[in-house]
Amino acid sequence: MIPAAFGYSRATSVADAVAQLGSAGPDSKLIAGGQSLLPMMRLRLAQPEHLIDVNGLRELDYITPKDGRLLVGAMTRHATLVRSEVVRRHLPLLSEIASEVGDPQVRSRGTIGGVMAHADAAGDYPTLALMMDATIVTDRRRIPARDFFQHLFTTSLAPDELVCEVDFPVATGAHRYLKFRRRLFDWAIVGVGVQMSDDGWRVGITHAGPTAVRAHAVESALRSGANPKEAAEHATDGLHPTSDVHASSEYRLHLAEVLTRRALEQAA
Amino acid sequence: MAQTVRLAVNGVARVEEVEPRLLLVHFLRERCGLTGTHVGCDTSQCGACTVLCDGAPVKSCTMLTVQAEGMAITTIEGLAPPGEMHPLQTAFWESHGLQCGFCTPGFIMAASALLAENPDPTDEELGRGLEGNLCRCTGYVNIRRAVHAAAKAIREGSAAPTAVGG
Amino acid sequence: MAVSQLIGARVQRREDPRLITGHGRFIEDRLPVGLLHMAVVRSPHPHARILRIDKGAAAAAPGVLAVLTAEDFHKQLQGVMPVTPSFVPEKKFVPDRFPIAGDESCFQGEPVAVVVATDRYLAADAAELVRVEYEPLPAVVDPEEALREGTHLAHVDGPDNIGWDMTFEGGDIEAAFARAEVRVTERILQQRLAPTPMEPRGVLADYSPYDDRLTIWLSSQNPHFIRLFISGAMGLPESRVRVVSEDVGGGFGSKISPYPEDYLVPAASRILGRPVRWIETRTESVLTTYHGRGQVFTAEAAAMRDGTLLGLRLTQVLDLGAYHGTFGAFQACACLMAGGVYRWQAIQARTIGVLTNKVPTDPYRGAGRPEGTHLCERMVDRVAQEIGMDPADLRRKNFAREFPFVNNFGLTYDSGNYDGSLDRALELVEYSSWRRRQEEARKQGRLIGIGLSTWVEICGFGPSQPTAAATGGISLVEAAQIRFLPSGSVAAYVGTHAQGQGHDTTFSQIVADTLGMPLEMVELRHGDTAEGPSFGYGTYGSRSLAVGGMALHKAAVVVRDKARNLAAHLLEASPDDLVFEQGTFAVKGDPTAHKTIQEVALAAYGPNLPTGMEHGLEAVSYFDPPNFVWPFGAHICVVEVDRDTGAVALQRYVAVDDCGNVINPMIVEGQLHGGIAQGIAQALFEEIAYDQESGLMQTGTLLDYLVPTINEIPDLTLDRTVTPSPTNELGVKGIGEAGTIASSAAVINAICDALSPLGIHHVDMPASPGRIWKLIQEAQS
Repeated sequence: MIPAAFGYSRATSVADAVAQLGSAGPDSKLIAGGQSLLPMMRLRLAQPEHLIDVNGLRELDYITPKDGRLLVGAMTRHATLVRSEVVRRHLPLLSEIASEVGDPQVRSRGTIGGVMAHADAAGDYPTLALMMDATIVTDRRRIPARDFFQHLFTTSLAPDELVCEVDFPVATGAHRYLKFRRRLFDWAIVGVGVQMSDDGWRVGITHAGPTAVRAHAVESALRSGANPKEAAEHATDGLHPTSDVHASSEYRLHLAEVLTRRALEQAA
Repeated sequence: MAQTVRLAVNGVARVEEVEPRLLLVHFLRERCGLTGTHVGCDTSQCGACTVLCDGAPVKSCTMLTVQAEGMAITTIEGLAPPGEMHPLQTAFWESHGLQCGFCTPGFIMAASALLAENPDPTDEELGRGLEGNLCRCTGYVNIRRAVHAAAKAIREGSAAPTAVGG
Repeated sequence: MAVSQLIGARVQRREDPRLITGHGRFIEDRLPVGLLHMAVVRSPHPHARILRIDKGAAAAAPGVLAVLTAEDFHKQLQGVMPVTPSFVPEKKFVPDRFPIAGDESCFQGEPVAVVVATDRYLAADAAELVRVEYEPLPAVVDPEEALREGTHLAHVDGPDNIGWDMTFEGGDIEAAFARAEVRVTERILQQRLAPTPMEPRGVLADYSPYDDRLTIWLSSQNPHFIRLFISGAMGLPESRVRVVSEDVGGGFGSKISPYPEDYLVPAASRILGRPVRWIETRTESVLTTYHGRGQVFTAEAAAMRDGTLLGLRLTQVLDLGAYHGTFGAFQACACLMAGGVYRWQAIQARTIGVLTNKVPTDPYRGAGRPEGTHLCERMVDRVAQEIGMDPADLRRKNFAREFPFVNNFGLTYDSGNYDGSLDRALELVEYSSWRRRQEEARKQGRLIGIGLSTWVEICGFGPSQPTAAATGGISLVEAAQIRFLPSGSVAAYVGTHAQGQGHDTTFSQIVADTLGMPLEMVELRHGDTAEGPSFGYGTYGSRSLAVGGMALHKAAVVVRDKARNLAAHLLEASPDDLVFEQGTFAVKGDPTAHKTIQEVALAAYGPNLPTGMEHGLEAVSYFDPPNFVWPFGAHICVVEVDRDTGAVALQRYVAVDDCGNVINPMIVEGQLHGGIAQGIAQALFEEIAYDQESGLMQTGTLLDYLVPTINEIPDLTLDRTVTPSPTNELGVKGIGEAGTIASSAAVINAICDALSPLGIHHVDMPASPGRIWKLIQEAQS
């Protein structure tokens, strides 16, 4: 299928991207890796009038450890994250998650910033960002992940705002991301990430609602000495997953619990 | 509004005027006449359109031609010199790694990217390297065999390109 | 390699060099000068009245040459799309189908208008501008609901939704059930599947007004039948229509029947006097390429406590969709084959074809035979479970053993050795060892299951008598032509057409062997109605080798016999005194007197012919098989079910199949790999789902329609037994559909075996983790 026609320009800098977004009108859109946007455009589910291509912004392609943080530029591609020794050393769970995104071809093009801004309910990085209290850094401000993801495909970004960086805390303790899906390259039916950090376990759940969630109840149960099985019983607290052709709401709730238990048991 | 794009396709430099929405796969097929790259879906699942962009495997149906500015693109036609075969092509032939052949160029390109990064993949690594490609004919059994065989041939250096036609 | 040993040799495919280098010749690769592009506007509703179509904006859009609707096409196309009798000679309601909807559209995706433009991008844009005013009508989605009296009608003018209702009686069913000590019943779903060849469909037509000729390039399994249908509809002599199908990127049954676009594109070309092309998108493919399966079975089996099978009673409710598929009633053969490889006292099978507001169903790899096998193998396992007998033992107790074996419906299985394949499969899989491991696993609460499927297939269509009735007049035989060119190479033509099966290679092996020629000297041609014999019958129903291969062999024998007579004349010997070896005719006892067949070929075009012999060395032969052929085998699958998530892990898959003599073992293995994978795909992954309320498809892309990747298909262990078919001289049978026919039952039987400690008797397909989890929940509550 063929996308509808659109205008196209390349952003030459972050400031230029923001300026172009501001002047191009409400139906303009940024394109990064385009791995979610282009299929939607081909199906004509998205018909932007103008695309501003940020792929030239190589200044946003970096992975920098700094003062106990791991700063990841928005234009860093999944494949770069998978290969990065730095990521493996400072936040190995990010490495693990990046390798589970899409397929090799998607990982060649897709970017971490694009996934954040797209805010798909089944996106994997948002889970990590939420559970680790990461910060989304834009051209103008720093947004805590918990304030960033508002609803399905909805973030707190202003219409002309650009994601520049994701700022994660370093975490090297035991961790695991379990992504349950029918085929290896599918989106998560449900996913669960766990990470041992300085203040105990962090737990996040993918695709059990319109946005990823941090499983606070599981975390506090674990802090109170619950074993993985007991703690996992809290995984469904406050979850309201939808039913779709891939899974019923009840099954998603059940998976959230099973995967939480298993992720905690398997974390290494 | 047409845009100028400069890129190299199978080693040939090109400067072209293209509509921004022209998908890379259609540029390759219809402007460059390289019809070995196929379109098998609308949503980036099937991988039949896989090409290498600066060596990285990419689904050319999910990339705009204008985004290939400055890139070197390799398609199935450019994998080996004319009249010769890449070890993966030889291995797909010898292992009966194809039937209808429609998905095959995409598989070979994805496999070439895999082997460039991992010359001796385990079965699991091989599966992960080819997870973005669908085949409906082979049940994948002989595709696995072909990629393992090609990896071995390349590792052992016994993989001098062979002539097309035997 | 000695030239007389090509049959049976693992010859590398001659198709491959072009395909692996990107030089295949698929439909979209052809870009003639002046090409126009067609886009189809489709109904978004499952059922609607079409009130008005406003072409204005689309017609005025850049690059647009024409916007065409039913009104325009009625001036070009006569009649309605064909429906064959197949296995159901008497139908009840057969709604007329014109390639494009007029006043009423009856399924989501039905064409309502087309746009023809200079560029495919512009055609796609303009298609969005066609304004169609619909009045939505109530739709009927579920086939069983469609049978209910007073329900919505799939066609507003229809009497009801019943396409057919027919019962096959195979023996005294009441008597069989009266003796029964055990009865089991089951309801078995066969979900709708999208065939999903990796190359979607495509049509390119070029009508020349100057000589009133039409050439159609088509991705087709069946070019000659398409020529027959399209020439009739276009009012052109069949001889003025040429259909060409080059490389076909998979078909699996979905490229047999004619489709609306096969008519609309040639008609548009005639209207515009230029070549017109339409290439199906994947979204269109999932939505409108005829689906497979779509059936609901209820079945009851009767048996004795010692495992003797007595009776089988079943009803097949077949979801036809909005129209009868051209060969849709072929799927009723599930009824005729429901007895499988076993001796039953009686079988009674009722088939009901039901119209719904969905895309039509039509043959898809196996077409009725996977459904019949699945049903039979599930019911046999249910009996085994009920009486506590090992499923292998129960099978052995009931196997047909004397051949030819006449089944309950009078079909004659030509040969078989069901114990042979089962024994070998049990040995390969290490059956008793797995049963022990299963026992131990169960003690730990783990769910391991072992599933058997012992299958038989009816294939190789002909013969001429029954198939003429099934197609409505044209017997399914096969035609071939062998031509020796003067310099000694051979052009061979056949009316079947490959979609990946490697006929270029295997059929050349047959011809080369028969003529004693090196393989390189034989050129196999197919897929072009302008070449070879006047008619061809296409590739489907695992018929190509057993009918088409035989036709080639037969034509080659005619040519060889003529060459022998000519060689005898040249050598001044009697034909009976010649021996033919390695391509050379030699006079017995005289080592110096010989002629190669190539020398004879040249002589056939020269002056020195015996009295009465015509020039040339070529022949056309038609092969009419005396019976179907009956491949069979045994598949065994081992699974472990994750009790917590319902996920199924395939641990082992063994298949021992028997397709008689083998031309090229490499090709046979490949066909089995792919066929088994498609059965696994049905068992575990794929399903076309429609929303029961809105009637809209929910699985419209490959994101939601789960064609498995390399990671979901395990390694497959294959072996063969060889029981040559007595039906043809080569002793061959079909193998293209075998894997699919056998495998869904093996997987589901394994899952049911794994779940049996929980009291679960049956799992429908696809056996998704969610479905299995729900069954486990229900069983435990």
